[in-house]
Amino acid sequence: MELNGNVPPGPLAEKWTKYKSSMPLVSPDNKRRLDVIVVGSGLAGAAAAAALGELGYNVKCFTFHDSPRRAHSIAAQGGINAAKNYKNDGDSVYRLFYDTIKGGDYRARESNVHRLAEVSADIIDQCVAQGVPFAREYSGMLDNRSFGGVQVQRTFYARGQTGQQLLIGAYQALSRQISLGKVTMYNRHEMLDVVLIDGKARGIITRNLVTGKLERHAAHAVVLGTGGYGNVFYLSTNAMMCNVTAAWRAVRRGALMANPCYTQIHPTCIPQYGDYQSKLTLMSESLRNDGRVWVPKNIEDAKAIREGKKKGKDIPEADRDYYLERRYPAFGNLVPRDVASRAAKVECDKGHGIVPTGLGVYLDFNAAIDRYGKSKAHSMNLENPSAQQIYDMGKAVVEEKYGNLFEMYEKITGEDPYTHPMKIYPAVHYTMGGLWVDYNLQTNIPGLFATGECNFSDHGANRLGASALMQGLADGYFVIPYTIGTFLSKEIRTPKFSTATPEFEEAENAVRERLSGFINNGGKQSAESFHRRLGKIMWDYCGMGRNTEGLTKARRMIQELKAEFYADLYVPGSMDEYNPELEKATRVADFLELGELMCLDALQRNESCGGHFREEYQTEEGEALRDDENMMHVAAWGWQDTSLEPELNKEPLIYENIKVAARSYK
Amino acid sequence: MKLNLKIWRQKNAKDKGRFENYQVMANEHMSFLEMLDVLNESLVSSQKEPVAFEHDCREGICGTCSLVINGLPHGPQTGTTTCQLHMRHFKEGETVVIEPFRARAFPVLKDLVVDRSAFDRIIQAGGYVSVDTGQAPDGNTVPIGKDVAGKAFEAAACIGCGACVAACPNASAMLFVSAKVSHLALLPQGQVEAKRRAQSMVHQMDEEGFGMCSNITACEAECPKEISVENIARLNREYIGASFTSTDK
Repeated sequence: MELNGNVPPGPLAEKWTKYKSSMPLVSPDNKRRLDVIVVGSGLAGAAAAAALGELGYNVKCFTFHDSPRRAHSIAAQGGINAAKNYKNDGDSVYRLFYDTIKGGDYRARESNVHRLAEVSADIIDQCVAQGVPFAREYSGMLDNRSFGGVQVQRTFYARGQTGQQLLIGAYQALSRQISLGKVTMYNRHEMLDVVLIDGKARGIITRNLVTGKLERHAAHAVVLGTGGYGNVFYLSTNAMMCNVTAAWRAVRRGALMANPCYTQIHPTCIPQYGDYQSKLTLMSESLRNDGRVWVPKNIEDAKAIREGKKKGKDIPEADRDYYLERRYPAFGNLVPRDVASRAAKVECDKGHGIVPTGLGVYLDFNAAIDRYGKSKAHSMNLENPSAQQIYDMGKAVVEEKYGNLFEMYEKITGEDPYTHPMKIYPAVHYTMGGLWVDYNLQTNIPGLFATGECNFSDHGANRLGASALMQGLADGYFVIPYTIGTFLSKEIRTPKFSTATPEFEEAENAVRERLSGFINNGGKQSAESFHRRLGKIMWDYCGMGRNTEGLTKARRMIQELKAEFYADLYVPGSMDEYNPELEKATRVADFLELGELMCLDALQRNESCGGHFREEYQTEEGEALRDDENMMHVAAWGWQDTSLEPELNKEPLIYENIKVAARSYK
Repeated sequence: MKLNLKIWRQKNAKDKGRFENYQVMANEHMSFLEMLDVLNESLVSSQKEPVAFEHDCREGICGTCSLVINGLPHGPQTGTTTCQLHMRHFKEGETVVIEPFRARAFPVLKDLVVDRSAFDRIIQAGGYVSVDTGQAPDGNTVPIGKDVAGKAFEAAACIGCGACVAACPNASAMLFVSAKVSHLALLPQGQVEAKRRAQSMVHQMDEEGFGMCSNITACEAECPKEISVENIARLNREYIGASFTSTDK
């Protein structure tokens, strides 16, 4: 299949402006006649639904949560990037663009990323106007901090709850459109299929999660903002209900899944501690602004700590290895996520891990407490402050910056992170891969759009911190409201669709058959138990380190697990009631297929780039080794019929404005 | 640790519901919801219907989890959601009573799952700033004092879980409503619509069947985000002020 990114012509910096001014428009009167379905109510979905409602389209918005305010965007902690250059530190649209392309290891489409950087500043303005209480300086101006992989301060934040505040802003904008009757909200509705009429996306099949009723919804276009698929690993920082089903159902109707193997393993999460564990908890990347990552230099010390005979604070300064500062002096503790994660794994594999499982490193705030304390003492004209005074004042500063994160850490681990350095380890966090989209965020199915984490568009092989919130809101507020017009402007004469068509009939029947198949399967094992086993296969063979042998083996194991799933799954209850076990079964079934595709994608990508580290391809120093000659493409997979092999389509990546180079943070 | 659980089971909204007894083996590192996962896993493996409860992020921010544990919304630890409550706060052999949030405005859907959509409708009544996408001036045009932004943030930290309603003997939603009214009233961007907002949100709260506030302040004590009742005082000021001065008819 020929993949056309539909990138507008002209110089990179002018593409979006020119395109916006010349693209076909839909008049206000015609907008009122057009229906749009938005699936998902996180940052991308809620922002899109609100913005499209404001424009005058009739929007139906769907979420499987009990309220649109619950989407997992809410859990994002650290912040949102924008090229405002408020700090006068040399930031610009170009620099944000460049950092994002480089951070993504030169595997993202230039034009999309540049547009993202261009609209980033508007997002901040919009959110401030909505009443998002961003952190302020004493002057009343917006405050910024730094995130990994960049050398400027461009991250806006609201303590450690930026995602929550941005989502509430979008939720409020959405609520306003609901109250005005421009958006009809469907809570507790899960999308289980997309309906195509004459090759265009014209509706969806949903299940009312309270009554179990299957419903048909028609529209002129369908926008997915359904998030990422990190939960394929079972343990991740994603919320429990995050899943791939909406996107995967689109794949099964012909949409392409791009770069599914690009997953982000976040370096700073609370380490795993038991088999019953249901999820992993992230500790914001913002902590690396002030925290120093280290392990004991001596293996004996690490061993003693693991056995509980020593504590981290007993290790003298000279016996600590601040390995990120040592290996990457230019960026130090603020190297990008993929680099920091791999470095942690290297140290733990060498035996320097500091938790009983051996999989953990320290994140230490003592130096920051000391630095802030001394600065505070100086500003208060305190001569010869005591060590205790410095500590107390420094602790107060750290508390103000990261208080809620420290509290959360203490609740989960039962240990005070001011006294003892935090213990952290990488965990699955975000998926850069997703539905293939063109410049308009349209998938290869006309009328089907994908926004936010659910598309593959902007982050290449690795996402920089504080860029997910930026992309979700950019797509929702400032991109899709324009680009959807390129499709809808051709639909102004298309009358509203009836749901009493053979296409809806076929789709609803297929969903019903699938669900009743799960209910009547008559096996013994729960969906949860299969999910757990799938997650382990994925983590072991398609996680931080991947190789040909492991991936080949994993693919076979997943195929076997899938066969066992369909032979021995047990789902209690019935279809016509509130049934979380049934929901889980449909999601795990889709994860099983996605998991196999991820292994295949990782297998074909014969290079290491960003979050995808193939052990066969590394430099002598253990850094990722790309193959720009053969691998500079987007791998977009079609897998409509799973009885056949998936079909690989390639979209070449062309860099006209950036010099492709080895990615160095040294 | 071995625990005895007394859990509210209710097939659907029409069912009368009753307590049922279960036993579960937990350990002190588990979260409360992981303990319930273990129970459900064992129920499913013996082909019994698991206990329905709501949860999602499991890091205390989405507001999905609920549960009244031993009579307290979100359990015994202050400033903590159910998902962040760990079993180290319980004792070997203890009997733990688990119920849904109870309020007329939060009907039970199944077992421990309640319908909190009344909160959405209150926000829809006016809990927003009416600014269309693209209308905003530069974010630094209006300076906002650090302390004011901080106070607004603290009110905006509400996760909409409904524990305040479950804690209140009158099932009042005043803490929830006041948190939103305060968040927006404190900021210059929220000023323009402040009067109308206070009036219409309070009106919708009454419509939904929430009770009156009688200053018991159990809401503040049980709020997992420790939202202050100071917000209720601010709401009352906003509301009374609006009643006298609003030009909206």
